[in-house]
Amino acid sequence: MSNQEIFVQTALEVLGDKALSSQSPYGLLTIEVPAEGIVETVKCLVEHPVLRMGFLTDLCAVHYPEDPGREIAVVYHLHSLPNNFRIRLKAFLPISNPAIESMTPLFSAANWMERETYDFFGVQFTGHPDLRRILNVDHMDYFPLRKEYALEDETRDDKDDKFFGR
Amino acid sequence: MTTPDTQKTGQAPLLAHDSIDGEIATLNLGPTHPATHGVFQNVLKVDGERILEAEPTIGYIHRAFEKLAERRPYNQITPITDRLNYCSSPINNMGWHMTVEKLAGIELPKRVEYMRVIIMELSRIADHLICNSVIGVDTGALTGFTYMFQERELIYEMFEEVCGARLTTNIGRVGGFERDFSDAFKHKLDTFLKGFPARFEEFDGLLTRNRIFMDRVIKAGPITAERALNYGFTGPNLRAAGVDYDVRVMNPYSSYEDFEFDIPIGQDGDTFDRFVVRQQEIRESLKIIRQALDNMPAGKHYTDVPDYYLPPKDEVYRSMEALIYHFKIVMGETPIPAGEVYHAVEGGNGELGYYLISDGGRTPYRLHFRRPCFIYYQAYPEMIKGSMISDAVLTMSSMNVIAGELDA
Repeated sequence: MSNQEIFVQTALEVLGDKALSSQSPYGLLTIEVPAEGIVETVKCLVEHPVLRMGFLTDLCAVHYPEDPGREIAVVYHLHSLPNNFRIRLKAFLPISNPAIESMTPLFSAANWMERETYDFFGVQFTGHPDLRRILNVDHMDYFPLRKEYALEDETRDDKDDKFFGR
Repeated sequence: MTTPDTQKTGQAPLLAHDSIDGEIATLNLGPTHPATHGVFQNVLKVDGERILEAEPTIGYIHRAFEKLAERRPYNQITPITDRLNYCSSPINNMGWHMTVEKLAGIELPKRVEYMRVIIMELSRIADHLICNSVIGVDTGALTGFTYMFQERELIYEMFEEVCGARLTTNIGRVGGFERDFSDAFKHKLDTFLKGFPARFEEFDGLLTRNRIFMDRVIKAGPITAERALNYGFTGPNLRAAGVDYDVRVMNPYSSYEDFEFDIPIGQDGDTFDRFVVRQQEIRESLKIIRQALDNMPAGKHYTDVPDYYLPPKDEVYRSMEALIYHFKIVMGETPIPAGEVYHAVEGGNGELGYYLISDGGRTPYRLHFRRPCFIYYQAYPEMIKGSMISDAVLTMSSMNVIAGELDA
């Protein structure tokens, strides 16, 4: 059994019931976890004596409008530097109330990443110290990376680009 | 400070002694301030010249790359990546090519990987040269900067020889390079490798052990290893704090495991350590380039993936098959599997990650860039708290914050 396999097994054991589903696309362990108690879930991985997933590589969101009740996925990439082992956690949220706990108590790095995610997807991170827009203008009243906002203005009729883009 | 001698002139002093002590002022540094090297604003709360609080505002050159990418075929995303960290565009380009290759399961010949390594290390040198010589400028030493810009120019000329562009390079293709290294390129690289090290050491001697420079940068903007990790630091800034994390060694890509090089690390995570780590990394990059040149395998400069790699133009005019592939690639109709992939490369500033979700369509379903600058710049207020304004400027330039990467 390779080290990688041992870490995968340990991570699944540590998460237990919280691992709703798991797969390894392109060799990166991806686990779906419940959105409730996400900080507690991640804390288990961070404080585990073997895993030590103490580095938050990335935090972002994805919008799946065709999946009712689970439209917004918040994706965490964690990295264990001592073990060189990466993990991807996904938590799904309904678009009607996209709220999830903020990761800032564990990682200072999460501050701006969550602000960015809020800015583009409208995810409400509860407990975030300063949840404001970061890249877009403050008075913007929509969340631009959601799929309902097409890049081109669909009311335009001066150019026919139906073959391009989604 | 002595009080002005008012007895002699009989006039009241311009400023009464201690009159400005304890007065808190708000200072707007940026967004268009020459010392910020880019478009970002910092609202500083200062007591005299000491910084009490800082509030960075970013997003001045936000161009919605992640949204743009959702409408562009895979080949057309490469020019977007140019504009992330525009001091080392080739690394971004190749990181993107490798992400697509990982998703599509394309294996590359060793020769292409070695060629990529040479280009990536050249751009790392260019990136670090700019950063380090600008640290010199901010301490008042303009000379090194002007000399090192000459060296950067030589590197840009080499890029020009490979791909025709200098700054926003759009270099290489998914599946390889558009053409093999030309003789002119090889000649330029050879001349560079012969002349550059000596001139670089001269620059090094100008600053590294210079008493004035050292007094200026040691203990300016320090960060501990623990805080740096918590803030998601990567690259030279993390290594300056004493953590030997380098994506090239940890998760080797593009045959980096074939090369022998060291990871320089610092101790205090201050401006001096960041400077020295970058200086040392330039030497390591030279080592890698030499090894790649010496062991360059023979073979083709591209791999046989007609779905992604544009066929040679003369074939397009003569062969039906080449014409079809050419048309499909130009119109962005390349088949791509559904899936999600995260690929990271060691960019000029740290771990540059591409998180790509494909649903099998002609464009990505979602593309997220993990930009190292964006993540570590949030530590800036903590790093400059309690220091002088001039140190804040130094700290910013030594962190190598590039506005293009910061704002995506």
